[in-house]
Amino acid sequence: MAAPTDRTDAELLARRKRRSLALGLVLGALVIIFYVLTIVKVGPGVFDRPL
Amino acid sequence: MKASQLAYVDDHREIVAAAGARVEDYFALLKPRVMSLVVFTALVGLLLAPGGINPFIGFVAVLCIAVGAGASGALNMWYDADIDAVMSRTANRPIPAGRVDRDDALALGLILSVFSVVLLGLAANWLAAGLLAFTILFYAVIYTIWLKRATPQNIVIGGAAGSFPPMIGWAAVTGTVSIEGCILFLIIFLWTPPHFWALALYKQGDYAAAGIPMLPNVAGERATKVQILLYSLVLVAVSLVPPFIGFAGGIYAVAAVVTGLYFVFLAWRLFRTREDVAMRKAARSLFAYSLSYLFIIFLAFVTDHLGQIIGVA
Repeated sequence: MAAPTDRTDAELLARRKRRSLALGLVLGALVIIFYVLTIVKVGPGVFDRPL
Repeated sequence: MKASQLAYVDDHREIVAAAGARVEDYFALLKPRVMSLVVFTALVGLLLAPGGINPFIGFVAVLCIAVGAGASGALNMWYDADIDAVMSRTANRPIPAGRVDRDDALALGLILSVFSVVLLGLAANWLAAGLLAFTILFYAVIYTIWLKRATPQNIVIGGAAGSFPPMIGWAAVTGTVSIEGCILFLIIFLWTPPHFWALALYKQGDYAAAGIPMLPNVAGERATKVQILLYSLVLVAVSLVPPFIGFAGGIYAVAAVVTGLYFVFLAWRLFRTREDVAMRKAARSLFAYSLSYLFIIFLAFVTDHLGQIIGVA
């Protein structure tokens, strides 16, 4: 088995960073979707309740 | 820490597949071109449905249907990696090309399947979510795992999976399955066999090499061309039903007649063509046109609907 070169390692790390960034964006989008969906489904009154 | 140490696998090729996949490779697993057609037909079902829907819920519903379709695409690529590798059309897909690990595709498909169904249920309703779950199951299990390698009727029955999106869009708005939703389903269902058999006619060698029993390989070219012509005639007949039941008006009727007649003409030309090169060319023409046909028909539904709202059609 040929050992990966440094150049390969740098490329793999760059790709991993891009995958992490993409996953972060997807998770961020999900947070927004669930937030807006809650407001749309339940209404702004969702925040108007006694503590 | 070096990237080569990140993946707990021995083989270098596996390391590259597991640690070196690009975001685009994972996106390619979702079959974006199929997804775009699913988004379009689901959106049409959603727009045509009576009653209306909150725009954000509508957006989430279409997103879920698209992601569900993408998930079933990933599950399809996971299972079919062996035959994808021997067909020219599919050899460069992420798994056979060695860019994505097969298990990763399975995990992605399963996670997105569950997520899209649950989110659609929470956002719209559980009938639409149930239909989406059934669609994913139908495509991944009944078509991909069972029918595709077992019978030349694979794409006839399996075509049902691709026919559900407009019905799901309709159900997301109304919470019901109506005759109109069934007609949208039927149009795609009847469109699928001539579309894929035209492809199978000029890609016969690929399917034979992969051992997939497509109709041209099993029943021969002549029988396939007869089936294409028959399905085309039934498809055009069904596409003309909506104006008669008040589901569409003049704009749609004109579009359905004109595009339908040309569809039948191309199917007839293919049926009449015997010489091999000309036959492949005719099959390719029908395959390419069939994509435009479906797009125009569904666009005509929406145009007609909008025309009726503003009093033109």
